[in-house]
Amino acid sequence: MKFAIIVFPGSNRDEDARHVATHVLGQSAELVYHKDADLHGADAVILPGGFSYGDYLRTGAIARFSPVMGAVRAFAERGGPVVGICNGFQILIEAGLLPGALLRNRDLKFVCEFVHLRVEQTDTPFTRLAQPGQVLRMPVAHGEGNFFAEPDVLRSLEANRQVIFRYTDAAGRATDAANPNGSVHAIAGICNAARNVVGLMPHPEDACEAALGSTDGRVLFESIVATVAAGAAARPRPAVVTAATPRV
Amino acid sequence: MSRYDQATLERHGLSPEEYGRICEMLGREPNLTELGMFSVMWSEHCSYKSSRVHLRTLPTGGPQVLQGPGENAGAIDIGDGLAAVFKIESHNHPSFIEPYQGAATGVGGIIRDIFTMGARPVALLNSLRFGPLTAPLARRIMEGVVAGIGGYGNSIGIPTVGGEIAFEPTYAGNPLVNVFCLGIARHEEIVKGIATGVGNPVYYVGAKTGRDGIHGATMASAEFDDKSAEKRPAVQVGDPFMEKLLLEACLEVMKSDALVGIQDMGAAGLTCSTSEMGSRGSAGIDIDVSRVPQRETGMTPYEIMLSESQERMLLVAKRGREAEVERIFEKWDLHAERIGEVTDDGLLRVRDHGTVVAEIPDRALTDEAPVYHRPMERPRYLDEVQTLDPSALPAGPAPGEVLLALLGSPAIASKQWVYRQYDHLVRADTLVLPGMGAGVIRVKGTSRALAMSVDGNGRYGYLDPYQGAVLAVAEAARNVACAGARPLGATNCLNFGNPERPAIMWQFARAVEGIGAACRALDVPITGGNVSLYNETDGQAIYPTPVIGVVGVLAQADRVLGRAFRAGGDAIVLLGEGRGEIGGSEYLKTVHGLVRGLPPALDLGRERALQDLLVALAADRLVQSAHDCSDGGLAVAVAECAFGTSLGAEIAVPEVALPGAAPALACAAALFGESASRVVLSVAPASVSAVLARAAAAGVPSRVIGRTGGDRLRMAVGAETILDVALAEAERVWQTALDACFARRVA
Repeated sequence: MKFAIIVFPGSNRDEDARHVATHVLGQSAELVYHKDADLHGADAVILPGGFSYGDYLRTGAIARFSPVMGAVRAFAERGGPVVGICNGFQILIEAGLLPGALLRNRDLKFVCEFVHLRVEQTDTPFTRLAQPGQVLRMPVAHGEGNFFAEPDVLRSLEANRQVIFRYTDAAGRATDAANPNGSVHAIAGICNAARNVVGLMPHPEDACEAALGSTDGRVLFESIVATVAAGAAARPRPAVVTAATPRV
Repeated sequence: MSRYDQATLERHGLSPEEYGRICEMLGREPNLTELGMFSVMWSEHCSYKSSRVHLRTLPTGGPQVLQGPGENAGAIDIGDGLAAVFKIESHNHPSFIEPYQGAATGVGGIIRDIFTMGARPVALLNSLRFGPLTAPLARRIMEGVVAGIGGYGNSIGIPTVGGEIAFEPTYAGNPLVNVFCLGIARHEEIVKGIATGVGNPVYYVGAKTGRDGIHGATMASAEFDDKSAEKRPAVQVGDPFMEKLLLEACLEVMKSDALVGIQDMGAAGLTCSTSEMGSRGSAGIDIDVSRVPQRETGMTPYEIMLSESQERMLLVAKRGREAEVERIFEKWDLHAERIGEVTDDGLLRVRDHGTVVAEIPDRALTDEAPVYHRPMERPRYLDEVQTLDPSALPAGPAPGEVLLALLGSPAIASKQWVYRQYDHLVRADTLVLPGMGAGVIRVKGTSRALAMSVDGNGRYGYLDPYQGAVLAVAEAARNVACAGARPLGATNCLNFGNPERPAIMWQFARAVEGIGAACRALDVPITGGNVSLYNETDGQAIYPTPVIGVVGVLAQADRVLGRAFRAGGDAIVLLGEGRGEIGGSEYLKTVHGLVRGLPPALDLGRERALQDLLVALAADRLVQSAHDCSDGGLAVAVAECAFGTSLGAEIAVPEVALPGAAPALACAAALFGESASRVVLSVAPASVSAVLARAAAAGVPSRVIGRTGGDRLRMAVGAETILDVALAEAERVWQTALDACFARRVA
């Protein structure tokens, strides 16, 4: 399968995501520059981490106007898997593809450290191979990851099972000390109502190899690969095949 | 009679003799723009006029050196056709005046030096010095500096993988912010800051030029006094986003083969980049400042040539390839402005709307800048502070209390409060986390890893500048070797006081001699660096503080060693010998309130043997962990190996002879003395005899001093256990000390 990894000016974990897609998973991946209005036939889209446009304005506030975002939106509306990591999550929120807001961290400082996440839902393209309640260890690295939503939005997120990841301790308990940024309900990641668009603050792409201290991020990328494979099996795209197949 | 009065020359930091020399070189008096250009280029910061004669004595060559000093950064061969390009630089003065922006622009500047060489920057380190954190000013400066380093590095996406911090009263009014950056390039991709080819276009790219930072280089070449706060406008403001675009665009242009040379505009801005590029290429450069993109209206040629606005680059492209270059910058939303061209007359010619406003031979600004043999004199304070009579010292508190006091001192305590604010993981290459010794990153696409460390000890430098420098080089290289990497090259950042004082100049010269001796013995040539002089406030100089960055290579990244114990029941092996040296130690300072005595002795031959042994032991997977003994000595080193592992330790070390000292003090010296060339290993039981045999063959003293396990730190000197504390308690003290300093902040 093929990943499209969107490069905004200021993206800085684009290469990390490509490394995982190609070298760890053995899939193909293309860096798609934000001025491109086309996703080049990708099966899944990753909006990577970074500081798009320097984050001088609200994080993600300018990136959402990039030409490529039209294609991303259309892809998402067709049900394609879209994952926003860190700055990518912020951009998805600004673009209205995910609800809520990401505020400055509770202690007003950038935080880079390994944290634990509990997988809350497994019926998304990003978590289908994970176990419900599974605790994953991976790093966060952000200054504005403090998830917030109005009470009614929060209620509907919980009621519709759109909270996908929560910050917990190693034993899976959502304690205050285990919450690195003050996110409400310890929310680390959510999905949209259609469940094909996922955003999260932690960095699974930096936790896919033992040498880097954790392989827990792999299951999330492997889930995408499995989702695409399942989708391809369920809905083969005959147009391409028949056009190339000579009539006999 | 000169057209400038004394006050004008003084404002430009030029002596009457220097002014006379300028007139001689030009064959006339300079106009004001030219005077300004000489002023910045002949400043200590740009010309190295006081330090150059000494720096020439440093070893800079070797088969591994691809680029020595003189370019924007040095480069060494790391195998597989790849080069590590690295340098360290100071931003001390700006960081005192405006901590956040001073530190941030320091990071931005060193990153530009690296990608200017054609290398992709992949790692940052920093070495910081502040006053004691009991003072609100020190906390404010440190909080700003740390946030500034993070703010820039995090945004641009280069991991800060390590560093070191120390606190002394001497840095209260003059903090040190030394930043190291390392990049990776293919050998053939290395680009130089050179201008050649008559008629080739000269491009200006990046941020617009403003009035910020005019005379920054001159400011960095003067002492601080109570007027320093008024110099605020001389500090620049950083824009990491702009730099990220510049980085990507420049690396793309370099790949296109349309480029001749490139240089960033750092200190002395446009003046420095044009004159140095022309000078290196034996060419001239002709530019028109009216074409320079400007942020403010009404800027004079003087201001444009001297501005130190950040995130600007100067490029020389090949004639006929202009469209290609411009297209790449356009892609990254950067405007490449053609401001002039290369000539063959060796002159830097500056025009304003076509009219020549300055014309100076570029060599007059660069290679022919003054060089001074400044007078030197051994400082008088040395005799007094070097004497230390152990018999006059009280026995001090119980060793368990001493250990906790040391673990809780900010210099030794966990620096997590700091590195948590730095993105140390971006790029997905970080193999050893900060706070665990050398920073280690893998080199994707190869089996290799790079280890790097920055080290320096101001107290040692104060007590003996030569020995302090030797110890700094040895420690940086030893940290790299502890990770299992072979040290290959070094960069230095020399932080000293006012070189016009003979005592300071003596300290400087002795330190450079020490660096030279150690780098030669350990085969880590100096490939570049930076000198920061005039680190004085109100006539009080900082401790002489040479900071050394060493880079090494691990052939097999999976052999990397950390400092943390790996398993219970492993043997703890000490390489090297403790001699109870407490001169200049953290123990003497923290417990006895003294900065006295002689720094530890060091035999460079033995140090080399130790480092070679460490590399071999790691390559053959004979050890589980390795950690060097430095601040706080053996006891602190063992405790640090235990932290984060839930594995305690039990050790016993021999007594040391400390003539005249109380027995309790001699015991403390055995545990907390800072004898050099010592490393704590943990070794699986099956490998112990092999490790001891290899050490014996290498001529490195070694002995099993204990084993890992349990939940306590238990230490004996001779036969008697004199220290027994709970690991959890020790770790809590160490882990929370720095947080507590900042939690104390008044709202």
